[in-house]
Amino acid sequence: MKATGAALGPRTDSHGAPAVELRGISKNFGHVRAVRDVDLTIGHGEIVAFLGPNGAGKTSTIDMILGLSTPTAGEVRVLGMTARRAIQHGRVSAVLQTGGLLKDLTVVETARYVASLYHRGADVNAALHRAGIAGIADRMVGKCSGGEQQRLRFAMALLSDPDLLILDEPTTGMDVEGRRDFWSAIRADADRGRTILFATHYLEEADAYADRVVLIRKGEIVADGTSAQVKSLASGRTLRATLPGATPESLGAIPGADSVEVRGDTVLIHSGDADKVARHLLTETAAHDLEITSRGLEEAFLTLTSDTGTGEGQ
Amino acid sequence: MTTATASGQGARSGPPLGGFSPTVLGLEIRRLLRNRRTVIFTMVTPSIFFLLFGLNASYATTTPAHWHGNISAFILISMALYGSVLANTSGGAMISIERSQGWSRQLRLTPLSPVAYIVTKMMTSMVLGLVSVVVVNIVGLLSQKPSMPWYLWVATAASVWVGSLLFAAFGLFMGYLLPTENVMQIMGFVIMLLAFGGGLFVPLSVYPHALQTLARFTPLYGLNQLVHAPLTGQGVEGWWVLNVVVWLMIFIAGAVWRFRRDTARV
Repeated sequence: MKATGAALGPRTDSHGAPAVELRGISKNFGHVRAVRDVDLTIGHGEIVAFLGPNGAGKTSTIDMILGLSTPTAGEVRVLGMTARRAIQHGRVSAVLQTGGLLKDLTVVETARYVASLYHRGADVNAALHRAGIAGIADRMVGKCSGGEQQRLRFAMALLSDPDLLILDEPTTGMDVEGRRDFWSAIRADADRGRTILFATHYLEEADAYADRVVLIRKGEIVADGTSAQVKSLASGRTLRATLPGATPESLGAIPGADSVEVRGDTVLIHSGDADKVARHLLTETAAHDLEITSRGLEEAFLTLTSDTGTGEGQ
Repeated sequence: MTTATASGQGARSGPPLGGFSPTVLGLEIRRLLRNRRTVIFTMVTPSIFFLLFGLNASYATTTPAHWHGNISAFILISMALYGSVLANTSGGAMISIERSQGWSRQLRLTPLSPVAYIVTKMMTSMVLGLVSVVVVNIVGLLSQKPSMPWYLWVATAASVWVGSLLFAAFGLFMGYLLPTENVMQIMGFVIMLLAFGGGLFVPLSVYPHALQTLARFTPLYGLNQLVHAPLTGQGVEGWWVLNVVVWLMIFIAGAVWRFRRDTARV
């Protein structure tokens, strides 16, 4: 199935090109700016989560990496070549969100169909096994559950033994068990050193399966780091107090305040060190009615990626 | 290609023939035969039409002057053409359905070139067209009514089959034009109208004069005349050939236009 891959160890391009390189790409749909000046480099063997709410620009970006659409501005390089060429050479493949299957073929027929399109014969049985669907090979695709269909898409993506595998919201609509099975198949495969980029709006998926999390909001990358780093950005506590006459500037100067918001006489301060801010508020200012609440991880993520997220008023 | 031929990974080349593969062709034919509606449309309907319209006792005994066979044989050829045209149109209809199911998009993530995809679809529907022609001719043989020399059975069946390629182009055009899953019903209706216009169901001489003139411009007219010419012994008229060529160019131009739009990367 692959002549040289096993001997190469960690996959590197001989010219050292990264798996994905986006340079200043933007994508406009009419007046809607779906992707805004995104720079992103993904190295070989990385497992990267592309995290953001629906409509953040994840799919638009992925479509450009796959050559399904062209950027309005900027440049896309995949494994050092154009996206279309990388597809033609079977070096990148993808599991798309929905559709893309013929209901009147069986599971194994679908895999054979796609396998025959690659120059080198791909190992259909191995791909079905790795996706965990060898047992339903003769089932009609139209009779498969959503999770089984998704694992078939995954098997199809494995057929060319790609260097880069892209998954767009791979577990949307799956039940808990389906999600767990799907990810254990992906995880088993990731040990082979493949570069994986997956889009998701589930924080826990990004947390559990990615080495690196790229947070996208309104077409822009707002955070990029390990999941621990991104979580710490989004964690901390919110202090709420009554403080007439406060300005965002004066509040922003409080030691430990990460972000602030003024709503009439009420002030909201977000901080990674709530005690310090509370001490300051109660001793150095006229603040009263102080409340301190901690944010759940999910809420923190929402705050980071929502329209009124951190950074406002600073 | 500028990168990495030394690593082995980079040495992978694009597929020959744009990814065309016999495996895909075999699977496509299997899919088509699984589809009962297609089988009924392209094999059962024309056979039944022949049994309804072609078995009149006087048709079997009448051999008009200069003809090399009887009227029953004439109707047999018409029905074989009808079935084969429907079969060839269905290839395009499949593309329409696959576009709506997202399969075309999925294939764009493989090395398969859009042209190889279309060639595969056309070959698939040609196989279906062949089966349709053979079935209608077997029904004709079993009925024992049509009469013509054996070489005319072969020659008319072959010209019906090859001539129907005109409608493979029509099917592709419609397949890319119509975005619906019930495209086959629409096309079935359109082909029915064209079959009346081309004189497949009733001779054009029964129409009023104005309608006869109009019919000479419809896309099945020229082809229908051509495939019957060996039987009726008529000389081929230039108008028939012109009709076929012009419509072929229109359908191909339309298909290419829609296809380019479909594969344009936005």
